[in-house]
Amino acid sequence: MSITIKDVEHVANLARLDLSDAEKEQFAGQLNAILKYAEKLNELDADGIEPTSHVLPLANVMREDEVKPSWPIEKVLRNAPEEEEGQFKVPAVLE
Amino acid sequence: MSVFELKLSELHNRLKNKQLSVTELVDHSFKRISDTDGKIGAFLALNEEGARQQAQALDAQLAAGGERGLLFGVPAGIKDNIVTEGLRTTCGSKFLENHDPIYDATVVTKLRAAQAVTIGKLNMDEFAMGGSNENSAYGPVRNPWDTERVPGGSSGGSAASVAAGQVYFSLGSDTGGSIRQPAAYCGVVGLKPTYGLVSRFGLVAFASSLDQIGPITKNVEDSAYVLQAIAGHDERDTTSANVNVPDYLSALTGDVKGLRIGVAKEYLGQGIDPQVKERVLEALKVFESMGATWEEVSLPHTDYAIATYYLLASSEASSNLARFDGVRYGVRADNPANLLDLYRRSRSEGFGPEVKRRIMLGTYALSSGYYDAYYKKAQQVRTLIKRDFDQAFEKFDLIIGPTAPTPAFKLGEQVGDPLTMYLNDICTIPVSLAGVPAISIPCGMADGLPVGLQIIGKPFDESTVLRAAHAFESQTGFHDLRPALS
Repeated sequence: MSITIKDVEHVANLARLDLSDAEKEQFAGQLNAILKYAEKLNELDADGIEPTSHVLPLANVMREDEVKPSWPIEKVLRNAPEEEEGQFKVPAVLE
Repeated sequence: MSVFELKLSELHNRLKNKQLSVTELVDHSFKRISDTDGKIGAFLALNEEGARQQAQALDAQLAAGGERGLLFGVPAGIKDNIVTEGLRTTCGSKFLENHDPIYDATVVTKLRAAQAVTIGKLNMDEFAMGGSNENSAYGPVRNPWDTERVPGGSSGGSAASVAAGQVYFSLGSDTGGSIRQPAAYCGVVGLKPTYGLVSRFGLVAFASSLDQIGPITKNVEDSAYVLQAIAGHDERDTTSANVNVPDYLSALTGDVKGLRIGVAKEYLGQGIDPQVKERVLEALKVFESMGATWEEVSLPHTDYAIATYYLLASSEASSNLARFDGVRYGVRADNPANLLDLYRRSRSEGFGPEVKRRIMLGTYALSSGYYDAYYKKAQQVRTLIKRDFDQAFEKFDLIIGPTAPTPAFKLGEQVGDPLTMYLNDICTIPVSLAGVPAISIPCGMADGLPVGLQIIGKPFDESTVLRAAHAFESQTGFHDLRPALS
């Protein structure tokens, strides 16, 4: 299997990246090399092996449902590229 | 001799006896940075005003007497992916070039509680992706032993700053070797704790199932001190392990008699520099002379670790880095046509090539039709890799090998070839996938460059790792070698 420029464009779209033509070329080549290397894993029969997502035996860590103070708005907005009336501002989403 | 060469206990004695002040320690740090950092490039931000204020307060406390924190007055550098309130935190990325965090990471709060002084933020590969520090948007870090060479990465600034005597110790983060490998290249001590021992709250996430913060120091005793200060459960990190933190200092007995060491056969195989291999074999003789025993052990799935790691870490990264969308923080592209355009252009302008490459790889591996073949398969192989360690630890107390197959390489040497760059991590990545603790300590030189010995332990058995590392350095003194950096 080989990654085409079209595949690169599809993945870039999923990842919300705009790539130049030169970047597309380069990534197609490099991703092909990396994925070809990763095909090594096919040498192993891992059927029925439990996947490890995490090494700790932890699941569904719960805490008491207590009301705690939130960050003050000014702090939360401190790094906002654009803000208005205590909110993050983005271009119109609805026409 | 630099005051930073003093052991922590001696440093504290001098502070107590008024032979030294915290202000002098902090001055020394900034002086050394101004003298050397033009050559090294370790720092991305300095906390001069804050550090001097804190030093004054600590000196006042010293004059008044009373309890002192574990790391009282000690100048520390913090890797730039660990957030510090009011101190610019960039993760080595243009995306966060003006980011002013609104809170402190748990480790930063803990360092403050231990009364260490934050000197500044340390350069790194962008978002911790890289093994040479050449992926920083703010320029590379140079190795103090040879400024034509890389310091390793991604915690390149953290390792170089300690090796260059700019700070007393630093914090780094390790996802696939990012503390241990630069520590090896720079001739210092780097500890990656067991996954879950140190809180990740406030560590900007790269690969959440692997990331772990740890100390970079000049010797093992300091490593134990810093670990003591930063370890422990944190309810703000749901993957923080709820375990008792032992007294690491009391583990440094110097006694390794009867310790059973397995020597990872695969780590000494193909691709290893003959001098590195020689240094590791010599280290084993040192352990033998101290009454430990060793024999070869096989970790049979080692050869699959790099492929497994790059699929899993990149997948996690593609998900974690989705948050950098130009809405709440970070850079925003000018005049976006619409929301989608804002996301796409902000990300494309803000991320460097290695970050884009890994996001692409991870997105591909998680995408419809490929998830089972890549992501799930890699998770299954991760289980096999972890079992290699479980089985080895049934017979051995520790596993030993090199930290990296070669000493530091030259800047630019591997930039065009990501796959070759990834292969430098063959000895550290399996350990990260298994989540177990490991330390890199200096074990001699190869053509004027430091070589790192990696000592790997059972989960949450940092005590035995530190004990063995401490005994080794007491016997050999390689940790006292310093670069001739003028």
